[in-house]
Amino acid sequence: MASGRTSGYGPSVPADASPGSAPESAIAVHTLTAAAKDVIEGAFPPLWVRGEVSNFKAHRNGHWYFSLKDREAQVNCVIWSSAAKRIPAPPDDGMEVLALGQMTVWPVRGDLQFSVRALEAAGDGLWRKALEQTRLRLEKDGLLDPARKRPLPAFPRRVAVITSPDGAAMHDIITVSRNRSADVELVIIPAKVQGEGAPESLVAAIEQLRRWGDADVLIIGRGGGSREDLWAFNDERVARALAACPIPTISAVGHEVDVSICDLVADVRAATPSAAAELAVPSRREVVARVDALGKRLAAAARRREDRAIASLSQVQKRLALAAQRVVERRRGKVETIAGQLHALSPLSTLSRGFAVARTPGGATLSSRNQFVPGAPFDLWLRDGIVEATAGTNRPLPDGMTSAPAPMDDTTNPTRA
Amino acid sequence: MTELSFEQSLTRLEEIVRVLERNDLDLDEALRLFEEGIGHLRTAGAALKTVDARVQQLVEAADGSFSVVDLGA
Repeated sequence: MASGRTSGYGPSVPADASPGSAPESAIAVHTLTAAAKDVIEGAFPPLWVRGEVSNFKAHRNGHWYFSLKDREAQVNCVIWSSAAKRIPAPPDDGMEVLALGQMTVWPVRGDLQFSVRALEAAGDGLWRKALEQTRLRLEKDGLLDPARKRPLPAFPRRVAVITSPDGAAMHDIITVSRNRSADVELVIIPAKVQGEGAPESLVAAIEQLRRWGDADVLIIGRGGGSREDLWAFNDERVARALAACPIPTISAVGHEVDVSICDLVADVRAATPSAAAELAVPSRREVVARVDALGKRLAAAARRREDRAIASLSQVQKRLALAAQRVVERRRGKVETIAGQLHALSPLSTLSRGFAVARTPGGATLSSRNQFVPGAPFDLWLRDGIVEATAGTNRPLPDGMTSAPAPMDDTTNPTRA
Repeated sequence: MTELSFEQSLTRLEEIVRVLERNDLDLDEALRLFEEGIGHLRTAGAALKTVDARVQQLVEAADGSFSVVDLGA
């Protein structure tokens, strides 16, 4: 493969008395491997290689070592820590991968080595694996527990927003918030939301908010983008910082299919930054309507209570009047009873039983025949009136019908109501 | 009594309305609650009158102190 190449050490090797052409000019081992490295590297452009991962080892210093193999061959691979950091997760043994790398020689061992700088697994395997691993770690620490979810404040004074100051997300959040309520303050805490250093920037912004502490709710997010663009919101450090945020959090990472790790950790997940602003900021119109409704209910309840007081007052009045009437009636009854008794004793009541009383026109009762002078006028008092009469002759009662000795109580006044 | 937040004020007002709507209090208590309710209603109404739209940015000084500056958005 290297034949025909004239660059590097190629031309110097066959030259006269060139190093290594005779025992006297023997070269050192490291000279040999260094030369081989140069030749190999010169011969191969960066290539995508397909194979299966085996013997994967992540070294403590951050470099990854493994082999790529197929049924007939294998090659040693290395991913230096600088490149490994950009790969979402280490591959598993047996995983089918595509690796972009440079063929080279590892001079220390004299081995061929494929130096990989990008790695992709079939079906987004590495991204999924990274997400899953982060999710499991957070879950193990209880950070995904639904019981941790805090309710959002109903009436925040201040909403903190962590996002890129020049992204569409910030614009959307400001617009929606203002439309809903003019008196909720927005405080932007700018952060880098994608690319190198984005997770650190997001963590720093959350830390800043925590130290400042003067907001009621946090919106953290960004507009849509590619998976790589959104990756900072899947960073475990960001997730942990968000979980430790002292105020309720809303994550709004514009994405289509996957839920980000931040979405899982936040108290509330919003589909978009606009939706997050709607969740965070109460609609002023709705609040005004609610206060108005409460005022009306309060007035109505008070009116009803007043009506009831009036009703019970008039009921008391009625009962009082009724009681008074009963007293009067009882007294009247008593008076009537007495009157009845009195009446029974009155001579007039005798009249009502069919008897008559004879009286002089002057009003004196004539109770003995001796008081009648024949031819003299007298009045006969009956139940319903007075008849003027004239006395005829008189005689004593037949035998056996003598009455008691003549009554003397002719002073009884028969006139009464 | 410490000053209540808008939210607390509204929550208390709702509570008062609910209790009054049960209509089973004696008159003194009902009047007292009604007065308190009117107070909360005023507080809430006043809070809704403050229109103060601001978009600001959090700035942390080198000494760790914070300030918010208008973004002028």
